[in-house]
Amino acid sequence: MSTSIIYDSDKRKHPVIEELIALYRYRDLIYQLVRRDIVARYKRSILGVAWTMLNPLGTMLIMVVVWSQVFSREENYSAYVLTGIICWTMFSQSTSQAMHSMVWGSQLFQQIYLPRSAFVVSTIMANMVNFLLSLVPLGIILAITGVPFHASVLLVPIFMVLLFTFSLGVALIISTLAVFFPDVADLYPVVLTAWMYLTPIIMPLTFYRKILDGLLLYINPFYYIVNLFRILVLDGFVPHLMTWVATGVAAFGVLIIGWFFFCIKADSFAYNG
Amino acid sequence: MDNTTFSEPQLDSAIFLKDVSLRYRIPSESIKTFKEYIIRMVQGKIKHKSFWALRHIDLEVKHGEIFGVLGRNGAGKSTLLKVISRVLTPVEGRVWTKGNISPLLQLGAGFHPELTGRENVYLNATLLGHSRKEVDKKLEEIINFAAIGNFIEAPLRTYSSGMQARLGFSVASAWQPDILILDEVLSVGDLGFQNKCFKRMAKFRDSGATVLMVSHSIERVRELCTRALWLDHGEIKLLGQADEVCDAYEKEMSG
Repeated sequence: MSTSIIYDSDKRKHPVIEELIALYRYRDLIYQLVRRDIVARYKRSILGVAWTMLNPLGTMLIMVVVWSQVFSREENYSAYVLTGIICWTMFSQSTSQAMHSMVWGSQLFQQIYLPRSAFVVSTIMANMVNFLLSLVPLGIILAITGVPFHASVLLVPIFMVLLFTFSLGVALIISTLAVFFPDVADLYPVVLTAWMYLTPIIMPLTFYRKILDGLLLYINPFYYIVNLFRILVLDGFVPHLMTWVATGVAAFGVLIIGWFFFCIKADSFAYNG
Repeated sequence: MDNTTFSEPQLDSAIFLKDVSLRYRIPSESIKTFKEYIIRMVQGKIKHKSFWALRHIDLEVKHGEIFGVLGRNGAGKSTLLKVISRVLTPVEGRVWTKGNISPLLQLGAGFHPELTGRENVYLNATLLGHSRKEVDKKLEEIINFAAIGNFIEAPLRTYSSGMQARLGFSVASAWQPDILILDEVLSVGDLGFQNKCFKRMAKFRDSGATVLMVSHSIERVRELCTRALWLDHGEIKLLGQADEVCDAYEKEMSG
């Protein structure tokens, strides 16, 4: 019998550390949740997991066809908009889904103890898998539109770590708010739409440079993320150290804030719901 | 067994609570939206009424004991169980438990309709804190106990509610817990399965698990428990031998 497991509220560590330890102990749960997210989504369709690639492919094609008409004079516009959308889709979908998974999870953590962050972490991970898969259609379209292959693409895994980190940070903040205020779930899509247009996703970079001397760009953490991806995939050079540092600070800064906010509030999650 | 209160958990303690208090905060006028919260925060108008669900609870349950909790609706019985199973964190006091605690999930919680029975077993067991390897070892036993036959490979949405309940119970009770928490009387599936459940509970009890049960039925507590606790408005009204507590509670209820 495993009588060695002693829980003592007097010897609890700081919630920020305790949640981290609990998350590691429940790593098999995270695996199951990620698996559930990916498998369950397409289970009833004939094409199955192929939708993970077909879905973004369809969206991308529509975006390219529509927006290329508007910004036809921009050089290499379709590649620009594609790389933007793929990053934005990962970020916006993963954070909104994480918020809803916390709402789903609340019926569970009002009954049993488990690390609440597992729901957020697993949702972001599942979306990261989707991101990885959607790189396939992206590669195909880029090859067709004649974008050359650059060796800097090999650094994309590092970029993915940063995208993951940033999305997780935002998701933790949003989910915490959504547990206490249900209307955040309705508000967030509006915020996302505004945020998307404030970030060079669809409209060309020159447009943003013109307004407020580009100030809107530099205070927008997501600009650093999408900018890094475009440098690696489209421009094809290894970014300056400062670019890495700026993106890293934006991503890890948000994660640290989000983690603290979430963990400190996590104890009172079970009271709400 | 005497009811001396200790200041430290003893060698044979399974559950130890010292001066535990828990308060639910109810915002005076319920603030439901983020916008409203911001406005009120700026105006400095956020006031919280509080309501003590548990107050100064001292409790020590020995290893292997069957302990009953009595009380009216809203007396704090479920809150007490939630504090012990770590779902709620008390504002004050110390909670100490030894060994793994089996929480019984409300039936159907944590299942996904599109996944097969087998996949749901893994999902549910990991939610309860078990590792994948542990599930591998117990899988056959879980499936056999639930007695759902070939349905194990079918998606859960095709299950009847009785089948879902059986599978849920079968996962939750597959591992021998050190502390078994029972909130109200089990009402799982048909009579045959209920008997099977009771047998399993009895087996846990006989192999030395500590049982903490909440029940409305005084008879059941009298019959099964060695000691009992009577909660009233979040405070301990009486703690002692099950017979004693049951008599006093019965008297109050009828009077």
